[in-house]
Amino acid sequence: MIWSYIPANAALIRQLTIENAVLGIVPAVLGLIIAVPVGIACVRWGWLYPPVLSSTSVLYALPSLALFIVLIPYTGLTDTTVIIPLTLFSLCVLVPNVVDGLRSVPEPVRQAATAMGFGALRRLVQVELPLAIPVIIAGLRVATVSSISLASVGQLIGVSSLGYLFIDGLQRDFPTELYVGFVMVIILALAADLVLVLARRLLTPWQRRDARAELRVSVRPGTLGEGVVR
Amino acid sequence: MPRVTQRRIARTRITQHGIAPSRTKHFRSRLLLTRGAVLGVTLATGLTLAACGSTSKSSNPLKPAGAKGSVVVGSANFPEDELLAQIYTDALQAKGVKVTTKFNIGAREAYYPQIVSGTITILPEYNGALLTTSVDKNSTAASTDQVNAELRAKLPPSLEILNSSSAQDKDSVTVTSATASKYHLTAISDLAPNAKKLVIGGPPEFRTRADGLVGLKKIYGLTFSKFQPLDEAGPITVSALKTGRVQAADLFTTDPSILINHFVVLQDPKHLFAAQNVTPLVYKKGVNSTIIGTLNAISAKLTTEGLLQLDKLIGVNKENYTTVAKNWLTQNGLS
Amino acid sequence: MSFLSFAWNWLRAAHQWQGSDGIPVRILEHLGYSGLSLLIAALIALPLGVAIGHSGRGAFLVVNLANAWRSIPTLGLLVLMAVLLGFSALSWLIPLVVLAIPPILVNAYEGVLGVDRDLKDAARGMGMTPWQILLKVEVPVASPLIVLGLRTAAIFVVATATIAAEIGLGGLGRYIIDGLASQIYPEVAGGAALVALLALAVQVAFVLIRRVVVPVGLRMRARSS
Repeated sequence: MIWSYIPANAALIRQLTIENAVLGIVPAVLGLIIAVPVGIACVRWGWLYPPVLSSTSVLYALPSLALFIVLIPYTGLTDTTVIIPLTLFSLCVLVPNVVDGLRSVPEPVRQAATAMGFGALRRLVQVELPLAIPVIIAGLRVATVSSISLASVGQLIGVSSLGYLFIDGLQRDFPTELYVGFVMVIILALAADLVLVLARRLLTPWQRRDARAELRVSVRPGTLGEGVVR
Repeated sequence: MPRVTQRRIARTRITQHGIAPSRTKHFRSRLLLTRGAVLGVTLATGLTLAACGSTSKSSNPLKPAGAKGSVVVGSANFPEDELLAQIYTDALQAKGVKVTTKFNIGAREAYYPQIVSGTITILPEYNGALLTTSVDKNSTAASTDQVNAELRAKLPPSLEILNSSSAQDKDSVTVTSATASKYHLTAISDLAPNAKKLVIGGPPEFRTRADGLVGLKKIYGLTFSKFQPLDEAGPITVSALKTGRVQAADLFTTDPSILINHFVVLQDPKHLFAAQNVTPLVYKKGVNSTIIGTLNAISAKLTTEGLLQLDKLIGVNKENYTTVAKNWLTQNGLS
Repeated sequence: MSFLSFAWNWLRAAHQWQGSDGIPVRILEHLGYSGLSLLIAALIALPLGVAIGHSGRGAFLVVNLANAWRSIPTLGLLVLMAVLLGFSALSWLIPLVVLAIPPILVNAYEGVLGVDRDLKDAARGMGMTPWQILLKVEVPVASPLIVLGLRTAAIFVVATATIAAEIGLGGLGRYIIDGLASQIYPEVAGGAALVALLALAVQVAFVLIRRVVVPVGLRMRARSS
């Protein structure tokens, strides 16, 4: 391990980390933006959910590299080619979580809201979605961590990220560079994870913190018996 | 009370008494399944049709469209070329030229089209490899002069080569000393009787290159039992050769690993690998006399021994490209 | 030209199906690497997950494992092993097994943990020994999640085996990596199409496995819930 590598290449490492962060966070956010309306629609019109779930299951099984390749004729060797498949993967994780989250709102609570005079939209925004936040954020954590990690595979089609350190480290037979890249990806992913955990605590002050409940919430069988631990 | 609330309360009563929902549950799930299947098929068809949609881009999607701009120095995907590109970059910046870099693009198949179109302006190239890989697969030029003459004649009009240095780094067919003594190998032609039993390794593009597997068959008549794709003459290739997973491999002749591991570089009497001098390749419209002068000055100072030393610094000592480049330029009075 | 037309033209050529670089060979290689890794991972992770779930402890560990393993960069792990261990089987086997263990372990844990206490009490009341309760009640009831864990691990193993071509491994990833190196997009497209089809076929296989392994009653309960 050649420690002097790190200060000597700090600028490069920082730049690659930022690129990797963007390639990881943008898909998760886009996935969330798309998943919330899709999830709400699946709850409102229940017959939508099984085909949506089937499609996302099919999509999730495909290797990321294959999806990058599929997009090359349309989006070239650009960031977009990496962001679109990662967004789709995020969708696969987030839609079941949004649906589960909304469905897990207890019926008495919904009825209480109705009794207080809330219309459907107001009930959705002020009651159901906030209560669904823990489950949605659990899915967002999975989506963000996975996207950050998978973004490094984009280096194989030349899309710059921390994956550059892997390829260069291989070419130079340089374990130090590989360790740095490896550790930076994990640090970046876990940092994003931590931010989301804090966000959840901020947004749901009524929740008691409980490790067992956290596991329940992140490993949650969906309606077709599918878990979210993918 | 409003009718909406009336309906809601009515629905709640039904749920409480467990009438409507449970009886229709079975029917509803069947309906769900059928509707689900129809929607699933529609979605799948839709996605497939989308994937069938064509684009109006170039016929090879891996080649990006050209974009002109400032002076761009590019490099191939192996350390020595990246170091040379760094040397070019630093020398040009010292002369006040504004440079952007695009290192580690890929093998020549990936970056050559980019310099032809002007997306890249300058590349540290190896004249013989450039000639046989990308310019004229059937060329039989062997010496530096022959290779450069053919390049000047056959390069596309947008490109030209500057002065070659005396430094050469060639592809090779390399074996372990054990293999060399076992099969009595000093030259590539000596592989003929045993090639069918041997596995040869190299970078993935070796399989299709004229100065690769294709040339070994055409010029030396060799057919190996298997081609094992490895990395760009890097640690995986060295490991595969050392452990005997491949019996012969394409290593670059200035690779320090050859001396360290006592590998034997087989001689090449039929000139499968032509002279491979480090030669700047430039996009004519992107360079001026300052740039040309700087690059030629670098070529004048570069020797094979010097290149070997540089490779040792970045390959064995793991020093930074930028540090090594700056030091070399200072030592040779070019900074 | 679209992705599908590139892929189709490449797949149609007869010579792709012959020889040591041919499609059948690469498919078998890919299945071999994936299957072996999955098997080893299952042998390690299943007993471990069932044991931890049975004991009811270790929630903290499992939660963090579930989150942390997703952050591991697969390309980075493969390249690291290749540089440290050279061109050997362990260079790809270790990363594939390491990536397959967490989903199997976490899902087995969650499956066994979630077994109804009443079921276990009833079994104890019927006179079953602790081992019998484990093997005849807890594991079968946990089987949907266990199969799900294996299926999830299979997704990752097939995908990572594709990337492993970068460190010299065979399998369908070879077409993608070799095609990218030689800039032959039809080969890249063909490889990507085959990998996608293989991944889907593996998923279908697991649906069938689920049908065989998971007791009928549990399957129906899952469907109607």
